[in-house]
Amino acid sequence: MEPFTVHTGRAVPLRRSNVDTDQIIPSDYLKRVSRTGFADGLFREWRAAGDFVLDQPEYAGATVLLAGPDFGTGSSREHAVWALQDAGFRVVVSSRFADIFRNNALKGGLLPVVLGSDAVEGLMAAVETAPQTELTVDLQRCQVDCGGQNYRFELEESARQRLLQGLDDIALTLRYEEEILAFEASRLSWKPKTIPAIT
Amino acid sequence: MTARTLAEKVWESHVVHREEGEPDLLYIDLHLVHEVTSPQAFDGLRLAGRPVRRPDLTQATEDHNIPTDLLGGLIEDPVSRIQVETLRANCSEFGVPLRSMAQDKQGVVHVIGPDLGLTQPGTTVVCGDSHTSTHGAFGALAFGIGTSEVEHVLATQTLPQRKPKTMAVTVQGALPSGVTAKDLILAVIAQIGTGGGQGHVIEYRGQAIEGLSMEGRMTVCNMSIEAGARAGLVAPDETTFEYLKGRPHAPQGAEWDRAVEAWRELRTDPDARFDREVVIDATALTPFVTWGTNPGQGAPLAAEIPDPSSFADPAERDAAERALAYMGLQGGTPLRAVAVDTVFIGSCTNGRLEDLRAAAEVLRGRHVADGVRALVVPGSMDVKAAAEAEGLDRVFTEAGAQWRNAGCSMCLGMNPDTLAPQERSASTSNRNFEGRQGRGGRTHLVSPAVAAATAVVGRLAAPADL
Ligand code: SF4
Repeated sequence: MEPFTVHTGRAVPLRRSNVDTDQIIPSDYLKRVSRTGFADGLFREWRAAGDFVLDQPEYAGATVLLAGPDFGTGSSREHAVWALQDAGFRVVVSSRFADIFRNNALKGGLLPVVLGSDAVEGLMAAVETAPQTELTVDLQRCQVDCGGQNYRFELEESARQRLLQGLDDIALTLRYEEEILAFEASRLSWKPKTIPAIT
Repeated sequence: MTARTLAEKVWESHVVHREEGEPDLLYIDLHLVHEVTSPQAFDGLRLAGRPVRRPDLTQATEDHNIPTDLLGGLIEDPVSRIQVETLRANCSEFGVPLRSMAQDKQGVVHVIGPDLGLTQPGTTVVCGDSHTSTHGAFGALAFGIGTSEVEHVLATQTLPQRKPKTMAVTVQGALPSGVTAKDLILAVIAQIGTGGGQGHVIEYRGQAIEGLSMEGRMTVCNMSIEAGARAGLVAPDETTFEYLKGRPHAPQGAEWDRAVEAWRELRTDPDARFDREVVIDATALTPFVTWGTNPGQGAPLAAEIPDPSSFADPAERDAAERALAYMGLQGGTPLRAVAVDTVFIGSCTNGRLEDLRAAAEVLRGRHVADGVRALVVPGSMDVKAAAEAEGLDRVFTEAGAQWRNAGCSMCLGMNPDTLAPQERSASTSNRNFEGRQGRGGRTHLVSPAVAAATAVVGRLAAPADL
């Protein structure tokens, strides 16, 4: 995973609550077996309906998505994270994320920033007034800077370190191989097994 | 020892490694896999040269993008076909057992786990699918994960997780007759909201929950995710043991007795505290349906579609306006006046034998209304065989409904069963998101009994209206 330390970029305001992952990337894109190439599916239906904020020229090239509350609800599809990344986003800001989306984002290196709804509103208003405004999202200081205002955010330390260093979660876990083996040795004998398969 | 909730007990008994400031490393007892969220995970394993650590704790199935017509075999869409073939190749390369479409014991991932007796009390169950919460009905801690996490579990059989908060949803009193588990959970979600459970594991308890069959409990736990919860569970009891006994992968003989003895301990201690508690009065519930584009936008069938201006919160008002515009509906219209084109009975929410029986009871000797397309899709090939043994398939076909092989079918628009733009459905599935059942499709979530009555009338209806 690419490390995330500090990111500066322009932001686009998506004034909708409850943006579910079916809207972020429709299910027909989930038939693919690759991990990239999802940008054209991002918010496909809303883009097709026209006049969608992401397609307004003043927001072209934005890398920070400012979203309403309950972003990423619904399906567990990690393709939602991949699609946002493929479209150039590095950060999503919301007052509340769905749990699975947030986990997926952290795994993939898309930074989910939780700010209070007033702060999100402040940022949205700032970029609506002046779309060229740049935001700086600093994961070292856990702070978003925008036009002289700054907003602190929190992220659990372990996830923050993983992002800062771009660490591979699986390799980290495999350090505990002995403990996993010991746990396996103590598992109850009746726990279910899928093999041999029953016919 | 401090009093603990059921979720905490199951969690604690699976901690492999704990370190201050780090998420707990949890052992995973059962990992369910399907074609859609796994290909990139298997690719990751191959790239890193890692094996699947415990193929014997892993079960794959084909469900999301397969056709369910009775021909069973040919996937016409080349992109879907490649994905299913990729799963087959991955399973054979990594030694993971697979249930293939239209074959014995195949089905929707959350239907076959319980069907086969793989889902057991006190276990941890994960799947790259948000409705993994279904398995919580057995007192398992079961939650959906993303593809990176699928890869993590394949490689290590563990998952680093932050401990969720706990929430009790206590449903007091008994459900009135004609009111089902689906009506109950839709009412719960309407009350607590689609983000109401965020960061929590919900334990459903109280008289109405204890009175539910396993199928009903699965319907309730299944939709926990629609309330934003990480998982949902119900303490195991005699109903649970009765359901499990004799299933192919359930413990046998002396092992069974030892298991049941241990499972009886799996309940929340009397003085344990939940981080949040919600109480629902079951006796006040009636058949419940959704009118909007998220599962929290629902109302009793007897009610009218709310006027967006009736919402005090501007964000909710906005969301309601947007939803009604998408749904092509007007505030103030009685829900019973809403005409549908399609009725879908199936999915991991309501595609089990009891659900099919409930629908068949309504359709027996009646006929689907002119112009209405009705699909009945069993959740698994086992459910299909059991339904056919009872003659339910004939009830459905004689009523003019289509009878299918097992799969996700019209629950999501990934396979040949989809809604056309602006087509309206009454669906026993779990999501009424924009486009969920097909581009531009309009979905009303309902129970199997309401779905069947709606098929007969052609407008949203309950069996009591017939
Ligand atoms: S039936 Fe629907 S909700 Fe269940 S696994 Fe399939 S697509 Fe997901």
